[in-house]
Amino acid sequence: METTLAIVIGGLYAISFYLMLRRSMVKLILGLMLFSQAVNLLLFTAAGLTRGQPPIIPEGADALPVPFADPLPQALILTAIVISFGMIAFTLALTRRAHSSLETDDLDQLGRSERP
Amino acid sequence: MPLQLAFSIVLLVRGHNEPGGGFIGGLVAACGIALHGIAFGIPAARRLLRVPPPMLIGTGLLIAALSGLPGLFQGQPFLTGLWGGSVPTLLAGQLKFGTPLLFDVGVYLVVAGIAVHLIFTMAEDQ
Amino acid sequence: MKLALVLPLLVPLLTAVACILAGASRVAQRALSVLGSGALLAAGLWLLRSVDAGGIQVVQLGNWPAPFGITLVADLFSAIMVAITGFVALCVAVFALANIDPARERFGFHPLYQLLLLGVCGAFLTGDLFNLFVWFEVMLMSSFVLLALGGERPQIEAAVKYLTLNFIASGLFLTALGILYGQFGTLNMADLAVKLRDQPSGVTLSSAMLLFVSFGIKAGVFPLFFWLPASYHTPPVAVSAIFAGLLTKVGVYALIRVFTLIFTADPATTHTLIVVVSVLTMITGVLGAAAQYEIRRVLSFHIISQIGYMTLGLGLFTTAAIAASIFYIVHHIVVKTNLFLIGGAIGHVRGTGELKQLGGLYRDYPWIGLLFLIPAMSLGGIPPLSGFFAKFALVKSALEIPSYWPVVAALAVGLLTLFSMTKIWAEAFWKAEPEGATGGTRGPVPLLMLVPIVAMALLTVAIGFFPGTLLDLATRAAGQLMNPNGYIEAVLGRTP
Repeated sequence: METTLAIVIGGLYAISFYLMLRRSMVKLILGLMLFSQAVNLLLFTAAGLTRGQPPIIPEGADALPVPFADPLPQALILTAIVISFGMIAFTLALTRRAHSSLETDDLDQLGRSERP
Repeated sequence: MPLQLAFSIVLLVRGHNEPGGGFIGGLVAACGIALHGIAFGIPAARRLLRVPPPMLIGTGLLIAALSGLPGLFQGQPFLTGLWGGSVPTLLAGQLKFGTPLLFDVGVYLVVAGIAVHLIFTMAEDQ
Repeated sequence: MKLALVLPLLVPLLTAVACILAGASRVAQRALSVLGSGALLAAGLWLLRSVDAGGIQVVQLGNWPAPFGITLVADLFSAIMVAITGFVALCVAVFALANIDPARERFGFHPLYQLLLLGVCGAFLTGDLFNLFVWFEVMLMSSFVLLALGGERPQIEAAVKYLTLNFIASGLFLTALGILYGQFGTLNMADLAVKLRDQPSGVTLSSAMLLFVSFGIKAGVFPLFFWLPASYHTPPVAVSAIFAGLLTKVGVYALIRVFTLIFTADPATTHTLIVVVSVLTMITGVLGAAAQYEIRRVLSFHIISQIGYMTLGLGLFTTAAIAASIFYIVHHIVVKTNLFLIGGAIGHVRGTGELKQLGGLYRDYPWIGLLFLIPAMSLGGIPPLSGFFAKFALVKSALEIPSYWPVVAALAVGLLTLFSMTKIWAEAFWKAEPEGATGGTRGPVPLLMLVPIVAMALLTVAIGFFPGTLLDLATRAAGQLMNPNGYIEAVLGRTP
């Protein structure tokens, strides 16, 4: 399972960087989205895959039933997802503005702020 | 739509020990309002909401931040959970009151406010 | 005192909330923003005093013990950074009253500004790598919006680049966190420091380098700096001043924290790399500045070259060198913010920042000329201003190692910096104004702009005349950084 996921993560990274290197702004956004998914999946896989119980001590017991799932990476990923959700929303809004003011989605046209 | 709002409150209060919580509740509430907006138009949804979404965000943040203070006054670190009494309810079993619930209410308002604000802004910007 | 540690976070958060709730009332928002920044300065100074008196302060949020819960830690270095953040925040908040137009204020400039400060202070105070990531994002989200606020075309273009680069940096940061968590099962910095101490391995090195790239993008080191001069000159001056003063320093802070606390197992590889990168950063930054003819673009390139000095201290990795770095950071935050503010004041009275279209400012505004000279000479390292002592401490620590070629680079770059500052002086202040230039208000500089500029210039001079106090503080802070056992013990509550 880890091997499969590792290959998937590698593929996602490769695809996202390929998309980010394209000139189109839409592909840039797609690349960023895939990138954040790849990172989340990496966090999830690196923290160890277990098919476990929820990490809640049942009534009456005083220890967790084994095997239990590690809650921390899930909390981390949830936070990361929320953050990337906000970032992507902002990126979309920004790109829309950029598109309406530039009338192109070609990133090479973004040179004006560089030149005096 | 009212059903969704009611469901979001249920999610909110059963949050601490069961699946649910302020974040999911807020999203469900925002979905309800967005649905109303799609059906009747964004101005109608804004009227339904009464307060502007940034106000929701502000109030929510305030509540969440203030929920950390009682712990501070009792000599505990910031954000320590303090539980008060509990009342039995029909749906959610025991409803316990305490600062974590207050914090979740804050989260609920912030999430709902942000999501609604996003949807409204994007939908009006045609 | 536990409250002292939470206050620098609570104050900007509550101020931001109050600003949102004040909503339509512009006057209330402006008053709240200045009050909140003032309170942040007070909170920062209080934190500095209590850390100075009572040692490293720790709060376990929600009373969950480390390494499971969220930990806030303040050692001297964090406390110094928070205090100086408060000072800069107050100055820029006052300047912003005169500089930010009502449209931007209506779109939420003030709450965003406070959230930015919240992110910065959070990053300084957290004791946990994942929370460092979260605070970074808080800071970045507000900085994105502040950068794009107003929606002028150069701003939008700059924002697209800034956002993409920082998105990638955050992704790399998270990747490194994933690898570290998978290997060690913890992200608490003190806990990681203990677990990493005895086992340098290839995987650790790779996550160290991922973190270096990620923080390096945020700090703007060579060769990852190109987003910085492309974006810092587009937003209003108050915004670019706070970016220039604080945001890159948060990256430097994270670098220093991580590479003194966690990744210290193999300094021959990591810290040598940092020295090489720092020297290249200094040189490219200053050469880039020499080719520019717009005040804020010149200054943006200088940020890069100065970042090189700060990371050089980290790379040399002795107590004296890190103390010099801390001194340098404090000096640079004040001086660079001030230079941006003066550039803004010039833009206000002349309507442009292009050196070719400026001139005769010394005739019309002799006081501004004098006020410009103080931070400019300080940046170039002329005694008895703060920059001289910062450079002096750094060079001295490098000679003690001994390590000569960074010294040569540092001195040459200092000379070129002075050349650049002279260029601004000669073009903007000294030469006659070109024919037909009529932009700007031409009136006197508003008092709200003048007060923060004077305050910062005074602090520069004060550091210059009493360098001993700050250097002593910085040395003690560096002592804490170089002996992380005290930090680890304070966080985990046991001796490692």
